[in-house]
Amino acid sequence: MNASLTDFARLTNGQAVALDRIPVLDLTRLQASIAACVHAGCRVSALFGAVSPQQGNTRLYVVLADDEQNLLLAAAADAVGDAYPSLTPQCAQVHLFEREIAEQFGVRPEGHPWLKPVRYRRSWTGRDVWQRPAGEAILPAVGDFYRVEGEQVHEVAVGPVHAGVIEPGHFRFQCHGEQVFHLEIALGYQHRGIEEMLLGGPDARTIHLAETLSGDATVAHATAYCQVSEALAGRAASARGQALRGIALELERMATHIGDLGALAGDVGYLPTASFCGRIRGDVLNMTALLCGSRFGRGLVRPGGVGFDVDAERLAELGRRLDACEKDARVAIELLWKTPSVMARFEEVGTVPRAVAVELGLVGPAARAAGLERDIRRDQPCGIFCFSQIPLATYESGDVFARAYVRWLEIQYAIAFIRDQLHALPGGAARLPVGVFAPDQFAVALTEGLRGEVCHVAITDAQGRFARYKVMDPSFHNWAGLAYALRDQEISDFPICNKSFNLSYCGHDL
Amino acid sequence: MIQEIVARFQQKHRTMRYPDGAPPPLPDRFRGRPVVDPARCVTGCHACEAACPTGALSAASPGVFDLGKCLFCPACAAACPHQAISWSANYQLAARERADLVVPREREAIDIKRAALDGALRKLLGRSLKLRQVSAGGCNACEADSNVLTTVGWDLSRFGIQFVASPRHADGLLVTGPVSQNMALALKKTYDALSEPRIVIAVGACAISGGVFAGSPEVGDGASSVVPVDLYIPGCPPHPLTILDGLLRLIGRIST
Repeated sequence: MNASLTDFARLTNGQAVALDRIPVLDLTRLQASIAACVHAGCRVSALFGAVSPQQGNTRLYVVLADDEQNLLLAAAADAVGDAYPSLTPQCAQVHLFEREIAEQFGVRPEGHPWLKPVRYRRSWTGRDVWQRPAGEAILPAVGDFYRVEGEQVHEVAVGPVHAGVIEPGHFRFQCHGEQVFHLEIALGYQHRGIEEMLLGGPDARTIHLAETLSGDATVAHATAYCQVSEALAGRAASARGQALRGIALELERMATHIGDLGALAGDVGYLPTASFCGRIRGDVLNMTALLCGSRFGRGLVRPGGVGFDVDAERLAELGRRLDACEKDARVAIELLWKTPSVMARFEEVGTVPRAVAVELGLVGPAARAAGLERDIRRDQPCGIFCFSQIPLATYESGDVFARAYVRWLEIQYAIAFIRDQLHALPGGAARLPVGVFAPDQFAVALTEGLRGEVCHVAITDAQGRFARYKVMDPSFHNWAGLAYALRDQEISDFPICNKSFNLSYCGHDL
Repeated sequence: MIQEIVARFQQKHRTMRYPDGAPPPLPDRFRGRPVVDPARCVTGCHACEAACPTGALSAASPGVFDLGKCLFCPACAAACPHQAISWSANYQLAARERADLVVPREREAIDIKRAALDGALRKLLGRSLKLRQVSAGGCNACEADSNVLTTVGWDLSRFGIQFVASPRHADGLLVTGPVSQNMALALKKTYDALSEPRIVIAVGACAISGGVFAGSPEVGDGASSVVPVDLYIPGCPPHPLTILDGLLRLIGRIST
């Protein structure tokens, strides 16, 4: 690992370095180093293309997370022409990154085992890996799917429009009776072109695009964007602002986790918890609205800190609501673990073993439920989490129950964390001025959102504007985990498996 | 069974009295209908228009707010050097016509009488309205705050309004998102699968105007670029009370 480590620039979360300090290696060397580091325990946080100074080349940047050392490792290499050898056969967790690079830049990873589009759109370079005719519309999810042949094998297609109030995606199951042999997930329906819209920024719209990357993770994505901005401007956010961001981030986690547990209960027909949690989730959203007027934290997180300060009375009110919420949530959620009919449906369903979670590079509750100690708040701390630790919630079994129970642990830890912050909120300004961005920089910021690692990488041009802005939502890492979880399960288990991951479609589709 | 009964008492009865009683309390920092104080607004300043991310305030259309584009973000109020812009607690924002969302900047309520369905349609749908929700490039916030209406606190089904699993069961669509290129066909097909008469409700700035994504070549300018829209509910996302108010005024359940 040590030999490979020297190939990378070392960064910490929320740091910017001059772009020319990112080593540009030979592509073969970079790929070997990525594979060696991943083998040694690192994981791929980002791998993306950008315009290379060498005409016709595509510059590939990688950011690895070395959680043991609390470091981020960055390096680059040029893919020459319109093809390069795929790394996926040696390193499975880059499979979707290479598909994304192929789609955005029209460069083919030769030997990629499943080279399909990610979001079903035209490339940015005019080159097309799939040689689709220029004038023809690209239809989402149209193309080959992995098929299991056999007389008694049948295919079930679901979506894009689903039965519930939920975002669109297409699920293709290969089934033998009730048993699912394979699930393939085709997304891209929610693609809005946000990465292109961010180019040339920041401008009046940028922070709002960050807030709407994935609506229920507004605080996580806005915080990552603001950390990138502060790094590029060479300024720190106010201590008070950082603490308030932490409170809002944990409220966001609580709200969604409580909603997820209610939805899981609903999917196994256990209505008490389903209806209690649906209501309690709203109470948590209203706590976020107490801070900033918006139930989703819109307008709260801003470069330099937060847009809304709080006084003692507001903090006291938040504390009172938190106490009431804790009591209600405990009663509602602990019913699940005491009810045999619920536990029978949750246990040993949708299991993702630890080794598979490592290989796929899963993040967030899905990884922790498979026993991985993986949490940005602890491993790559930034902001308030440098000063105030939050316990790591893990479970070993990797099944639906584990993903549910880890959520319950995280709800409790979030409540304790917020309570601590309310009693020890730093003084000073809620927001400090942030100047213009430095030119030719490379900045990385990660936050632990409710689904796991949110990673933003920005590269500025000679004017200090965004020449490339890469967003990695945790869902990008985790959709493959859901597909895996369905193997050899009954197709009727899909709803609870899906809810136990609760992935973002728009966060993946961007 | 005993544990569920005990829990049921602990959790209490939570369904709100509204619309027979008062609406649920809104947060004091709630940003409802924006208002410009004409006495403070300095002609030729344009600071708010420069700060507006979506052109809801625009020099090209002086004197008006386009609530269909507004993200209800704090940017314009923060940018105003004269503190002329404030946010009222007025949550009643829904309108039948897109043009009704373009409102004078100084305080004036939307003409809410125009929100109700008329005649035969009201008779048909006023007591039973089944909706199919389609997210077409939405960020899941509008979806979440539409879905929350089905929880026990709001209990949407007491008004005969339900989200149903198939367009074949539905009287209308509730559309969120700017309509991404990749969802345009699915939205059209879902609409075509509804039996007539059918209605479409556009929820959120994206579904009304493209919102924060307007101008991206990967999205359209809202639901009306694909299907005809009967009710527009502004916000980013709209508060659940704003959505419920729009739905209830649409079916004629409330008129004030």
